[in-house]
Amino acid sequence: MDLIVEGITRAFWLLVKGDREVFRIALLTLKVSGTATLISLAIGVPLGTVLALARFRGRTAVASLINTGMGLPPVVVGLWVSIMLWRYGPLGHLRLLYTPTAMVIAQTLIALPIVTGLTMSGIGQLDEGIRVQVLSLGATRLQLVWLLVREARLAILAAVIAGFGRAVSEIGASMMVGGNVVGQTRVLTTATSMEVSRGNFGTAIALSLVLMGISLCITAFLTHLQQKGRSST
Amino acid sequence: MHAARTSSVLNTLFVSLVSILLLTSFSVGAQAPAVREVILATTTSTADTGLLDVLIPIFEQQTGYLVKTIAVGTGQALALGSRGEADVLLCHAPSSELELVEAGDVVNRQLVMHNDFIIVGPPGDPAGVRGLKSAADAFGKIASSQSSFVSRGDDSGTHKKEKEVWGKLGVSPDGDWYIEAGAGMGRTLSIASEKEAYTLTDRGTYLSLRNTLDLEILVEGDAILLNIYHVMQVNPEKFDKVNAPGAQAFVEFMVSPKVQEIISTFGVDKYGSPLFFPDAGKNVEDLGK
Repeated sequence: MDLIVEGITRAFWLLVKGDREVFRIALLTLKVSGTATLISLAIGVPLGTVLALARFRGRTAVASLINTGMGLPPVVVGLWVSIMLWRYGPLGHLRLLYTPTAMVIAQTLIALPIVTGLTMSGIGQLDEGIRVQVLSLGATRLQLVWLLVREARLAILAAVIAGFGRAVSEIGASMMVGGNVVGQTRVLTTATSMEVSRGNFGTAIALSLVLMGISLCITAFLTHLQQKGRSST
Repeated sequence: MHAARTSSVLNTLFVSLVSILLLTSFSVGAQAPAVREVILATTTSTADTGLLDVLIPIFEQQTGYLVKTIAVGTGQALALGSRGEADVLLCHAPSSELELVEAGDVVNRQLVMHNDFIIVGPPGDPAGVRGLKSAADAFGKIASSQSSFVSRGDDSGTHKKEKEVWGKLGVSPDGDWYIEAGAGMGRTLSIASEKEAYTLTDRGTYLSLRNTLDLEILVEGDAILLNIYHVMQVNPEKFDKVNAPGAQAFVEFMVSPKVQEIISTFGVDKYGSPLFFPDAGKNVEDLGK
């Protein structure tokens, strides 16, 4: 019990005094997970839309692959990205291992299936009638796609929320490809884990509260947008 | 009306997201200079005690290199070294290290420091090992009384030492009482404390965590329990991508008088006794005498 009080007190002081290390870790967390979410968004939304609308052989197979990817264990992603990025691995000449860029790559691979899958199901759920109607009104295919994406914006925002949540909360991949290097690749999850193994439970609790605070703020902001979007339809 | 406002909100959001993406990807990408970095693969014990937090900034300031400290078990650190995936290693598993030296994977291996392993356990000491002089005898009593024992189980230097003691005893531990944690030293100690179990630990990590644990030192001083740290360079002639000057600079740094002095006093202010004893230039055979 005293540990919880100590942790909360410590979190309070770390934040009030504006601890530079915690600030730096939190900022890097936001940068890495934010970038990964945006990249997955840029790829996942078009990909999910195409998969929802297009009819081609093997579509179901691709869709099941993506749905499986939604549960991809971060540690598996971490292992494969590490192997690819090792000095003597296929992409070793890029010298990316143990950099924030490597973490962005890993987190993108983790968030991408979620964004793609949720977009796919969001657009797939729209009434088939809309498409016929819009096309019969003389819309081009591009206009149709844009309209459907707009119609599915609630689901797409849900995809963003879920994708960011998964990216910011994973630790296995970040630890492996980032290495938890102080000042370079230390993010909130890896720092929390390290403080636990050092026996600094107070600091660990403080970091975990910062992480939950960040997640809450961003999710609340996105949810706010989502609900606003709902009331206007 | 409403729909228009929402879409303008979404547009603003989209534009700001894209600009954040551009900004962050730029700053993230600009953060990784290629030649100056030195990858140090080391054990969790040097990182968990905080020793490297003191030493690395001094090294970076002195030499201008940027160190990436990858704190893993000694087994993984040695594996990274033998694949050329690290530049310099700081480990505590002498016999495994010598295999790498013989295979030509590492060169310039130098003695840095030592401390010792201790057997810690619950204050109640159900197996009755307190004060025993032989680590193997203590392990024997723990095994025969089936008292809980937490093993690192991660092929680290500490785990290798534990297996060495079991080997000396001629027992291969097995059963519900033998818990394989697969975790670093700090976490293994926490598990042992929670489960009222025995474990083998390096003294440094135990001392730095003692306040959070319900574990006492029960067996110490056996010669087999010496914990010896060496620093070594990954062989640049075998692995062309290794940062040889940086690795060499780090080896020289670790055995320099200044660093040896820091090691000799590290932890005294906090724990009353040093966590490591500096040994640069000594012979391994003379340690612990």
